Amino acid sequence: MIVPVEHVTAVSIALFAIGVIGVLVRRNAIVIFMSIEIMLNAVNLALVGFARFHGSIEGQLFVFLIMTLAAAEVGVGLAIIVALYRNRKTAFVDEINLLKG
Amino acid sequence: MTADLLFYVAAGSAIGASLVVVLGKNPVYSIVALVASFFSLAVLYLLLEAYFLAVLEVFVYAGAIMVLFLFVVMLLNVGKESGPPMRKRKPLIAVLLAAAFALVLGSAAWTVQGTAYPAPFLGDVRAVGRGLFTVYLFPFEAASLLLLVALIGAVYLAKKTLR
Repeated sequence: MIVPVEHVTAVSIALFAIGVIGVLVRRNAIVIFMSIEIMLNAVNLALVGFARFHGSIEGQLFVFLIMTLAAAEVGVGLAIIVALYRNRKTAFVDEINLLKG
Repeated sequence: MTADLLFYVAAGSAIGASLVVVLGKNPVYSIVALVASFFSLAVLYLLLEAYFLAVLEVFVYAGAIMVLFLFVVMLLNVGKESGPPMRKRKPLIAVLLAAAFALVLGSAAWTVQGTAYPAPFLGDVRAVGRGLFTVYLFPFEAASLLLLVALIGAVYLAKKTLR
């Protein structure tokens, strides 16, 4: 297969930009978290593309560790969101502003 | 030739599904679109000869993480976004910022050019296992410690507060 590595990088950059827009624009905390997962997957795609480009396995090992870390992060992050919802009764981040001075 | 076409189809599907995640009104639509995006990414990994990672993507991301998201959305009963519109004020600034960021990233990443490594390269379970258990053993064990810490943290955060 002869897909050049710039195309893989371009797809990765597009996915990352979409994730950034999602984090900045949405109000729902869960959708913000999903946009963070999109960004992590964009980085995974870039790493896998470069692993194939250089013929080394280290890119894929890094992706393995990133997936492990993403799973742990989702566990803790969703626990935080559930605890926050339990206290504030809302999941919209612009209504959670009691620390504002 | 068909493998190349499949790459672009899967890439377009991943980007389109991510757009649905970011722009969709109902959070459940976003979750289903994200699952579709993860499956498209798994196809991309298969085409890039990362066979173990493609399966892992389906197991861990589409199989475990998205099920967790679905649990939480159903638990919190977050339906259609009510109240003020789903976007915060001035989404145009966010889009322009993301476009500028993508431009900077692209101009830096475009310096790396070319096709694949000439020798046959295989990202199967044996190669990943050989790297993970010999050279990179310490990050592997540290990742297990990280999972333990995350487990304890999640259990503690989800407990009811003692009054």
